Amino acid sequence: MLESLLVVLLIGAVAWIGSCIGLTAVFGILLPYVAVLVFLVGIVRRMIYWAKSPVPFAIPTTGGQERSLDFIKQEKFDCPSTKFGVVIRMILEVCLFRSLFRNTQACSFENDQATGGYRVVYYSSKWLWFFSLLFHYCFLIVFLRHFRFFIEPVPCCVSFIEAVDGFLQIGAPRFFLTGGLLLVALVFLLCRRIFNERIRYISLANDYFPLWLLIGIVVSGLCLRYFDKAEIAQVKIFIMGLTHFSPVIQGLDLNGMFIVHLTLVSTLLIYFPYSKLVHMPGVFFSPTRNLPTNTREVRHINPWNPPKQFFTYPEYEDTYRDAMAQAGLPLEKQPDKKS
Amino acid sequence: MYNKKAVCIGIVILVALLSSPFWVGLFGTDYKETGVVKPNQDACVEDAAFMRAQHMRLLNEWRDQALRNENRTYVAANGKKWEISLQNTCMKCHTNYAGFCQKCHLSNSVSPYCWTCHIIPTEGK
Amino acid sequence: MAKLPTPQMLMASRPELPKESWLDIKPEFAPGSYCYPEKKETMELLHMPNPHDWDPSAEDWNLPENWEQILCDAFEERLQKHRSLKLFMDICVRCGACADKCHFFLGTNDPKNMPVLRAELLRSLYRRDHTMLGKLLGKKVGARDWDKSVVKELFYYAYQCTECRRCSLFCPYGIDTAEITAIVRELMHEVGLGTHWIMDPVKNCSFTGNHLGIKPHSFKEIVEMLADDCETVTGIRPKTPFNEKGHEILFITPSGDVFADPGIYTFMGYLLLFHELDLDYTFSTYASEGGNFGSFTSFNMAKKLNAKMYAEAERLGVKWILGGECGHMWRVVNQYMETYNGPTPPNMTIPKSPITGTVFKNAAATKMVHITEFTADLIRHGKIKLDPSRNDHIITTFHDSCNPARAMGLLEEPRYILKHVCNHFVEMPENTIREQTFCCGAGSGLNTEEIMELRMRSGMPRGNALRYVQQKYGVNHMACCCAIDRATLPPLANYWAPGVNVSGIHELVANALVMKGEAKRTMDLRQEDLPNVDADEAEAEEGR
Repeated sequence: MLESLLVVLLIGAVAWIGSCIGLTAVFGILLPYVAVLVFLVGIVRRMIYWAKSPVPFAIPTTGGQERSLDFIKQEKFDCPSTKFGVVIRMILEVCLFRSLFRNTQACSFENDQATGGYRVVYYSSKWLWFFSLLFHYCFLIVFLRHFRFFIEPVPCCVSFIEAVDGFLQIGAPRFFLTGGLLLVALVFLLCRRIFNERIRYISLANDYFPLWLLIGIVVSGLCLRYFDKAEIAQVKIFIMGLTHFSPVIQGLDLNGMFIVHLTLVSTLLIYFPYSKLVHMPGVFFSPTRNLPTNTREVRHINPWNPPKQFFTYPEYEDTYRDAMAQAGLPLEKQPDKKS
Repeated sequence: MYNKKAVCIGIVILVALLSSPFWVGLFGTDYKETGVVKPNQDACVEDAAFMRAQHMRLLNEWRDQALRNENRTYVAANGKKWEISLQNTCMKCHTNYAGFCQKCHLSNSVSPYCWTCHIIPTEGK
Repeated sequence: MAKLPTPQMLMASRPELPKESWLDIKPEFAPGSYCYPEKKETMELLHMPNPHDWDPSAEDWNLPENWEQILCDAFEERLQKHRSLKLFMDICVRCGACADKCHFFLGTNDPKNMPVLRAELLRSLYRRDHTMLGKLLGKKVGARDWDKSVVKELFYYAYQCTECRRCSLFCPYGIDTAEITAIVRELMHEVGLGTHWIMDPVKNCSFTGNHLGIKPHSFKEIVEMLADDCETVTGIRPKTPFNEKGHEILFITPSGDVFADPGIYTFMGYLLLFHELDLDYTFSTYASEGGNFGSFTSFNMAKKLNAKMYAEAERLGVKWILGGECGHMWRVVNQYMETYNGPTPPNMTIPKSPITGTVFKNAAATKMVHITEFTADLIRHGKIKLDPSRNDHIITTFHDSCNPARAMGLLEEPRYILKHVCNHFVEMPENTIREQTFCCGAGSGLNTEEIMELRMRSGMPRGNALRYVQQKYGVNHMACCCAIDRATLPPLANYWAPGVNVSGIHELVANALVMKGEAKRTMDLRQEDLPNVDADEAEAEEGR
């Protein structure tokens, strides 16, 4: 856990020092380009890697009543039998974390009043759902807000998001809610890993590192806005240079914190395709969610379906013919009459 | 590769979305300089670097001082005293709203709420 | 079988989570924690790879010399065959939502029984060969080498998972531990490791047509005995057609139902119901097994054992297949059969109930209908006369079996039937039923005696929920639609909620069924006296 924090701090420190000793071009231009390339190529390769294996069996998890008799109401989205239903199920899964919403927590009571003994109760538990949803949406909005640096003039939808995000009108520059909430959600997710005994037990460096990295990105981003300010006009010139493949860095006044922020984001991009973060494209591939539950209605084809090899009826009858004849069971071939 | 069609569509959509920072710029213009028209005077209330980074905070503070504490005097870092007033101090030099304020604010989607109370200075005034 | 501790002691004896990392802990094969291994001869007979004698509790498992190569290759092959495996290896974020969803974890508090760690056992091996970070950083990022103790660990935990898919329901990415467990079991079979309780039925099914190894003449004899029992109870002897060609329907149910108490009463229920309907159907002694222990072995073995169903349907020329109450049978039928052994033979048509005319469009391809779908439809159309008051001494609840619930979505049909054949029906607590149902604790080939204590632990969530409704609502009966449940729930109920009886749904149906020309019922199918009937009055009626 601390190791991951140290690695993130180290990356930040290296970037800071780099910006001080005149390596701004390395951390500001070279690294971001490499990172974006690794990110896009890595993700596409991972998706192709998955797609290279077939889905031999249709194994959707049925989260509700199947479609059967007319008078029984089907759960159309938790147990979708049509393509449309699957699309809705996937939208619910991806946009609202439907499965996580079901989450329960098992609590055991040694001496329960109602049953006079040991009892386990499964309470609904929405914390994980809430904070992970909060994290993902805040991240999305923060990403969208950054589009003010990617396009000139700034489109009104971006300004609209900013207006909503900053509606509290606290301070100058105005405080954006999502920035703060993003940090809160990340800290919650981290605390879960640290203080919940079970989650701590299953957590690996691969789990702490992305959390610390994201916290690093958010904190450096908040710093740039509220404390160790970057000059956004200069930042925009620089970013537009990058995205137009004509990077400029000479004569721009970019502070160390900005280089740190950019380096941490680049690290995230490079790390992404080689880590659990591929759950982002991965969730769309999940055969327990993205297949219709019409498995008795439509045949699913397995491309490597092996040839049928089984104990056939003729073999069976050959084995048991006499006994079957004695028992009066119908036969394909009567036993040889022994004289 | 299996489910080629769906996977390819997925890849195209994903790559398009993830690389959007690189192509949304095509829908706009280039942005190589701020194009700010500087006023003639060389000195502002504080030095230029401070003003660039912190002007919004300074203005916020001035508003609070003037309206909530009825204090109309600001002592700069170099000891010089200024009257706390947007109209009478800032806009004495920064007369060009569109050429100065708006230049950065528009490009970076900053919408200060100075002008909910103050009157936006018009060109040539 | 060792004497079991009391439920309180059992739960109090769950250890705390260990201090050491799970990567450093080796499994201990204490008696009662593992199923007995299969004999070499059986494995040879079934042409399983690398058959050998071995003992789980021994230090050396006599693995083949190149075991590591075999396992690495087999793993690689499965990655190429199953997208699910690649995906589930890659995308788990270890959020821990699955942890307390597993009945094995709740009952044992063994961290490796959290679904996430169960998968992580395999994932750690995947990381070494298939991820950049694992190659670079090794153990730091949870990667490890193959090792004989790793093989033991995989075996140990693959047989402490009942493939119930409850974790999959809660996983934000739908990671299905059943898939992983099934593949780990396949890997174990590659180096000759299998359990007796699974492989013996597989052998039987391969050569006699059913898990229990009942030969054709015995099968007929047993069923006829059950028909005689039906006559004792109802005064009507139902017909028992076998291997007859030219019928409309082939009926297939797990062989456990013709063999063991209380499954036999469910079987008698089928006989009586079909007789009352004068259904045009036949049994088959060849396709006399609905269940499929092959599905607990490997995908190919499941296919092999399942192939008999369509083959027999074709030979007998039936139009469609009616399937009895069974859990994993329906996982295979609903999600695998048509893929394995389809397309269906040309003589088969889309199932249509000959009694009500209902067309089962949802079974258009497999042409196989679940008996509760069939019966619920009958009741809806008023085609059978029921007297639920005969079940008035019963306050029943319903146990959703994992497979019909989460691999089929069969939730309302059995309830609909139960509510029409019983006047007193009570649900167990909401997060323990329907799609969130808890396993009986011994599915997927773990219903063996030698791990009874483990079964009581893994069955704790189900047993505990049952106990709750027993204490609170006086429930004295639990219905289920699974043959393994009918074998595993009685000891579980006896342990956690003594006094609760277990039965299939069609046992209750037949008890309530008012048949044409039947004698006045004074006892139920178990030949126990019905408490609400005055015996003298019944006799008087008969004498009239």
